[in-house]
Amino acid sequence: MQFGVFTVSDVTADPTTGRTPSEAERIKAVVTIAKKAEEVGLDVFALGEHHNPPFFSSSPTTTLAFIAAQTSRLRLSTSTTLITTNDPVKIAEDYAMLQHLAGGRVDLMLGRGNTGPVYPWFGQDIRNGIKLAVENYALLRRLWDEDVVDWSGRFRTPLQGFTSTPRPLDGVAPFVWHGSIRSPEIAEQAAYYGDGFFHNHIFWPPEHTQRMVEFYRRRFEHHGHGSADQAIVGLGGQVFMRRNSQDAVSEFRPYFDNAPVYGHGPSLEDFSRDTPLTVGSPQQVIERTLGFRDYVGDYQRQLFLVDHAGLPLKTVLEQLDLLGEEVVPVLRKEFAALRPAHVPDAPTHASRVAAQKVSAQKVSAQEEVHA
Amino acid sequence: MSSRRIAVVSAGVSVPSSTRLLADRLTTATVDALRERGDDTTVEVVELRDRARDLADFLITGFAGTSLRAAIEAVTGADGVIAVTPVFSASFSGLFKTFFDVLDTEALTGTPVLLGATAGTARHSLVIEHAMRPLFSYLHAIPVPTGVFAATEDWGGAGGVDGALAGRAVRAAGEFADLLAGRRPTVPADAFDDASDGPFGGTPSFEALLRGA
Repeated sequence: MQFGVFTVSDVTADPTTGRTPSEAERIKAVVTIAKKAEEVGLDVFALGEHHNPPFFSSSPTTTLAFIAAQTSRLRLSTSTTLITTNDPVKIAEDYAMLQHLAGGRVDLMLGRGNTGPVYPWFGQDIRNGIKLAVENYALLRRLWDEDVVDWSGRFRTPLQGFTSTPRPLDGVAPFVWHGSIRSPEIAEQAAYYGDGFFHNHIFWPPEHTQRMVEFYRRRFEHHGHGSADQAIVGLGGQVFMRRNSQDAVSEFRPYFDNAPVYGHGPSLEDFSRDTPLTVGSPQQVIERTLGFRDYVGDYQRQLFLVDHAGLPLKTVLEQLDLLGEEVVPVLRKEFAALRPAHVPDAPTHASRVAAQKVSAQKVSAQEEVHA
Repeated sequence: MSSRRIAVVSAGVSVPSSTRLLADRLTTATVDALRERGDDTTVEVVELRDRARDLADFLITGFAGTSLRAAIEAVTGADGVIAVTPVFSASFSGLFKTFFDVLDTEALTGTPVLLGATAGTARHSLVIEHAMRPLFSYLHAIPVPTGVFAATEDWGGAGGVDGALAGRAVRAAGEFADLLAGRRPTVPADAFDDASDGPFGGTPSFEALLRGA
């Protein structure tokens, strides 16, 4: 199982000091966080994409390439890449390029984006959100899987004899996760292609995540990619830890109370009860996280949100130390012990290249039999 | 003989509340009217005052906490709803509107709703017609033709309720019971039943999505 962190790239004032970091500071901080994630033994760093303040991450492949150059083992992903407003041709090119530079450490998570005004900035309309996700991804797949593409669709100009460059590293496209909080159509899309499904698992109660994942698993099996429990599931999660759980609660409370999205709403206690948010000791985080498996089954990737709402870099790095030293080693061991042998790991570039070789050998063996 | 599930939504904020008093009158009249038609009734009352903070949280987070969820399920799973609000600034109260704001837009489709309102003066008596009825029309509910408005002066007289108010309650409850009696009991939608129109069961196959359906 893979463990890591994901960031939404918000530039938010620290509510305890009133100070807002500059974009320059946050951009440098996110690189420091990614390098730290590798140093403490995490597997994945995922970066969001936004095109409006207060977020800085409009160009994730630039940032991820910079991080790739300074790390050697860390897998780089996105949370999310906007499949609706980005031209699929540009996504195909950018992420194929990044995959070459990163030596196969890249996968990506596609999402629709939920900010209405962003769509027209890129010539689109949020009311077409699902249709854009469907058509753009169908094209993206072909651009990666076929060397020469003839294509026409509803949302972009047609392509004739088009070759997206560079071709995917080793002829295998980056693995794709589809992220959605509430749209079953996106879970259906992930299931149809046999891709991964990721649930944000931060803002809403676990029952909701459970419904989405169950639906994805059932449809994954329906579309013939394996049994439901072999579907590739990723979850988000939000934690804040101190050795003493009361210290965690009192330190995190002002950040919670003023956080973008849910701040000035429910109490920290209510939100911790109703959603997967865990504020407490490393042991409490371990127990709560192991409990996720009870309602989504054995899953492949767990990402934590640790660097939002104005938390200072120093605090974020301390969170990563706790994750790497105390939490993830235990989770890795416990989850592995519980997982049946037929449930696969999260696909990696290496495993996908190996799988492609096996299927190519099968095809040539069959051809020999028929010859 | 059928068993009818009625949910009563009362948005009164004082204790005791004349809004709740009207809701109780309408409930009693409804239970009587259904019994005359041979139906049993189970009643669940949702006091919005108790859910005020939960409703504000929902506006921020987009989901219902545990206790609010129970209230929402009581209303969306009912065969009929009695909805009563005090008049604030010439309309239903914000608390009342917030509860109906957080329901799924389809949740009350086809559900008979008996409307009631209370105010300090009879000058607000058209609030049911100009504020409440359009709200429930938008939700594709079926508002009962007679709504019951009670001003302070209506609560005077022998026995606490004057004949005119009691008569309006009986007439409205009779119309409500007639609407309910002609309906099959509501079966709560199971989102995972592929045959249902729930948000998941109704998801088109990917082949259909690709065709642009």
